[in-house]
Amino acid sequence: MDKQATYYEPAYECASREVLHYMQSEALRRLVKANYEHVPLMRRRMDEMGLEPGDIESIDDIVKLPFTVKNDLRDTYPFGMFAVGKEDLVRIHASSGTTGKQTVVGYTAGDIHNWSRGAARAIVAAGGSKEDLIHISYGYGLFTGGMGLHYGAELLGATALPVSTGNTKRQVQILQDYQSDILCCTPSYALHIGETIRDMGIDAQTLKLRAGIFGAEPWSDQMRKEIEKLLAIKAYDIYGLSEIAGPGVASECYLQQGLHINEDLFYPEVIDPSTGEPLPDGVYGELVFTCIGKEALPLLRYRTRDICMLNHSTCECGRTLVRMSKPKGRTDDMLIIRGINVFPSQIESVLLELGLDPNYLIIVDRKNNLDTMEVQVELTDEMFSDTVRDMQSMKARIAAALQSTLNISAEIKLLEPKSLPRFEGKAVRVKDNRAF
Amino acid sequence: MTIQQISVFVENKPGRMAAITAVLAAAGIDIRALSLADTNDFGILRMIVDKPQQAVECLKKANIAASLTEVIGLGITDKPGEFSKALEKLGAAGIDVEYMYAFIGRDAGKAFVILRVKEIERSLEILKAGGVTILDAKQVQSM
Repeated sequence: MDKQATYYEPAYECASREVLHYMQSEALRRLVKANYEHVPLMRRRMDEMGLEPGDIESIDDIVKLPFTVKNDLRDTYPFGMFAVGKEDLVRIHASSGTTGKQTVVGYTAGDIHNWSRGAARAIVAAGGSKEDLIHISYGYGLFTGGMGLHYGAELLGATALPVSTGNTKRQVQILQDYQSDILCCTPSYALHIGETIRDMGIDAQTLKLRAGIFGAEPWSDQMRKEIEKLLAIKAYDIYGLSEIAGPGVASECYLQQGLHINEDLFYPEVIDPSTGEPLPDGVYGELVFTCIGKEALPLLRYRTRDICMLNHSTCECGRTLVRMSKPKGRTDDMLIIRGINVFPSQIESVLLELGLDPNYLIIVDRKNNLDTMEVQVELTDEMFSDTVRDMQSMKARIAAALQSTLNISAEIKLLEPKSLPRFEGKAVRVKDNRAF
Repeated sequence: MTIQQISVFVENKPGRMAAITAVLAAAGIDIRALSLADTNDFGILRMIVDKPQQAVECLKKANIAASLTEVIGLGITDKPGEFSKALEKLGAAGIDVEYMYAFIGRDAGKAFVILRVKEIERSLEILKAGGVTILDAKQVQSM
């Protein structure tokens, strides 16, 4: 492959550390000023620390700045952290919050452009070009997955195919008939598509598909091998989160030794989650991003809760962009189920709203390569009825309430009273049987 | 004139029925009749016992979900067509039977049926007018 063709923006992706440092410092100064002038919460925090925008001269000063956490977005729900007015916003996305309220994120035209650049770089790093048909089976909607890759594909000049999720046989039909070149979806859905292809008696080698860009949930190397075998493709990892942009914050090159972070747009740090102190390369800690390429939601030092480590050495692919390891866990109890973020606290609020006992257990599993969630709820005297019909309709009511809050279906299992363990310390509410 | 039935939630896992009946046995409670409704993941055990109030209290103490349900007890002559006659009367009046179960008493020639309906008073009137024998709690206990 022509080496030049493997970058979308070599001037940025292969910039020297000095040039990156300069770009990042410029962008950070602009960002801090925007926060100080337009985001009351951040101004208050900076004032409390005795910080003024002028104190931040280069990217090295970033450690002086306060952190932002997910709850800040909840406390200022929905638009309180936005640094621009509605006239400058062009798009809103949202993801799950830790309770009933969603985490709302906004974009200016420039933000969409920068995010799309990140996604376009990911497609090119996976060997994609203008010639390709990009089959996007991420969900479209408030979730960032679908539109993130879609705009990246269009910016690149490739052909975006907005298939969205579901109707797997139709997905296969499109892969066959339209001859999609690159598939983008969650890794678990990729596995499911692969198995459907096999079960339909189709030889994956006969498909034109040659690569996949998969993300929005954790996946193992074992899973990568399985997907590559079932779909006869090379599978690439992509990372993103709506608070920062969406998919395209970081992605793999063909060497697959970590995900290159688009650090000219999204500046990463890894910190010790208990002290907040920065950690050196090669040490696992909490990933923190500063959205230096954004205007609408210019988050400073946002704590992602994802645990990973950084590697600043130049990659053999030629990119100087820092690499992050695959996230190996979370510092909180967030679950990612079929690409959707689920917090046990959300389930608890739904149960309480229904007047049920907040003793519950979430069992996450993977069946036929699709994530499943079962919520076990203890029965109370008030819930119990002597007719099966009443009991079934109560189960259906719980399932519907969870579906409407979480946007994901859950099996409800009723348990006898007091049959779940009681905890004196931190309750264990989740049993995740999936292997990553 | 109704009878108190105890209704018990049974999680679908080995040993639950044994646990429930053990609690009742320990409290010296006699089971006269029972029926089990089952679904994929749980069941509802319905029982006629000699001391329903006490039975529910014991079960609750043992962390078993249980409640009292008002049901109708019918005494039916044990010959073809008798039960059908009783049900026809309810059907004609548009009364839905939620569930029912039958048992044979010690009295030869009599069968007993437990009926759970939503409109208890109206059902009782219709059944009585149709000449069906309605049992009271005492009669059930002595069966």
